[in-house]
Amino acid sequence: MELYNGERPSVFRLLGKYMRKGLYSILTQGPIPTHIAFILDGNRRFAKKHKLPEGGGHKAGFLALLNVLTYCYELGVKYATIYAFSIDNFRRKPHEVQYVMDLMLEKIEGMIMEESIINAYDICVRFVGNLKLLSEPVKTAADKIMRATANNSKCVLLIAVCYTSTDEIVHAVEESSELNSNEVCANQELEEANATGSGTVIQIENMESYSGIKLVDLEKNTYINPYPDVLIRTSGETRLSNYLLWQTTNCILDSPHALWPEIGLRHVVWAVINCQRHYSYLEKHKEYLK
Amino acid sequence: MDLKPGAGGQRVNRFVDPISYHFLQFLWRTLHLLVSLWYLQVSMVQMIEGFLISSGLVKRYGALDIDKVRYLAIVVDSEEAYQISKVIQLLKWVEDMGVKHLCLYDSKGVLKTNKKTIMESLNNAMPFEEAVEKDVLLDQKQMTVEFASSSDGKEAITRAANVLFMKYLKYAKTGVGKEEPCFTEDQMDEALKAIGYKGPEPDLLLIYGPVRCHLGFSPWRLRYTEMVHMGPLRYMNLGSLKKAIHRFTTVQQNYGT
Repeated sequence: MELYNGERPSVFRLLGKYMRKGLYSILTQGPIPTHIAFILDGNRRFAKKHKLPEGGGHKAGFLALLNVLTYCYELGVKYATIYAFSIDNFRRKPHEVQYVMDLMLEKIEGMIMEESIINAYDICVRFVGNLKLLSEPVKTAADKIMRATANNSKCVLLIAVCYTSTDEIVHAVEESSELNSNEVCANQELEEANATGSGTVIQIENMESYSGIKLVDLEKNTYINPYPDVLIRTSGETRLSNYLLWQTTNCILDSPHALWPEIGLRHVVWAVINCQRHYSYLEKHKEYLK
Repeated sequence: MDLKPGAGGQRVNRFVDPISYHFLQFLWRTLHLLVSLWYLQVSMVQMIEGFLISSGLVKRYGALDIDKVRYLAIVVDSEEAYQISKVIQLLKWVEDMGVKHLCLYDSKGVLKTNKKTIMESLNNAMPFEEAVEKDVLLDQKQMTVEFASSSDGKEAITRAANVLFMKYLKYAKTGVGKEEPCFTEDQMDEALKAIGYKGPEPDLLLIYGPVRCHLGFSPWRLRYTEMVHMGPLRYMNLGSLKKAIHRFTTVQQNYGT
């Protein structure tokens, strides 16, 4: 599967495609990660390095993103998550924030207009995060593409915007609290029904005592599921920057030195190979934590 | 290394085309063998470099600005954590380097179980809880050591969630609180402290184990923590430790701005 780009395939492009297929046929002899997450770090440094105009790094980064997603989906990776915009990024200079929002809007609208391409490759697009912080036009466009691709099931692209892990955890606590408070109210009504009345006691079979919010409640209410198998952060940075802190308990953290616009097939392949090397160790650790 | 066949889209059916299947399996195993040889070569270079740094032959790592490491965390693979003598040696190096606050983590709690043995082996260290109780966290004379396991991660956050939830129910009953629960990150911080989780966010997290993975260290405490993979505990050396800390002291974070 390739992302359509409107050009007639050249000889080199066809050769590249078949070489990739050959490589994938070798890699798929081992377990392929179900979910790869990316932190798109280094766009601004790339622009500085190549003396590009403002925003040039982000544009180059978007092209790199399309390539990387192509490689993932060709390889059989079902879920890809990208960290597009952090809540912390709102502290950048206003014109820079606006540029990123405008670029996001432009790219989302581009995907909507070429809807048949998204549907042709069966990609379900989901925006995750505190979407209330998005400007109205971006939010509307995001809602539109999510509705348009809701029934696609082959691959899933999760785009984390206005996202931080700590905000996600607090959100999960809020959702769990709301669900549990309904349960508490329902139990109280039953208790009151038992206590009142003309001496008639209503027997409720299997009435369980209320035990509070459980870990599984929080797990269900995080924005991003399933959890990634490998997280790639470019630019050689070794921190998570408040991204997927909850979901990376059993996730390999990979930090190639390449800036995001420089990321290529070799980085994706290297991450998959490392995943295969440590597959049984991480599966064992997951079982222990269950 | 796991060598189970995968379930990718281009899997060759071993019964339909056995020659292709076996040939691809051979290529896959050869690829992984080459990668393993590559990692072996990298480990040997790192060991030699570590030895040179430990001997003081590499001047660059002579003086470390250890004050930049306000809080260090060490994650150890639980199977390797049974090598208590290695863990003690590592902590002695950390103590000698002047680190003041340390958190030791392994997911199964092996290090917690051996807390007494570990603390008795250190010259001048105090358990973190005792330092908090005596309010001597800012005292630079002793190294404080916190022991953590997986129960101090997501499960602790769940307990803190229940603290917030009970407060919400209380306000909801009195009719004072909002209709829908609405919490802040500061409230979550307070709830964790209220149930005894007062450990701060580490500046640097060193991972001793086969994989670069934090293995369930508290998600609430990892926002901007630099994570460095040090390799298996049995190959640890002072030089690699110095190099990791030196590299950390040169990192500049912009915290998303």
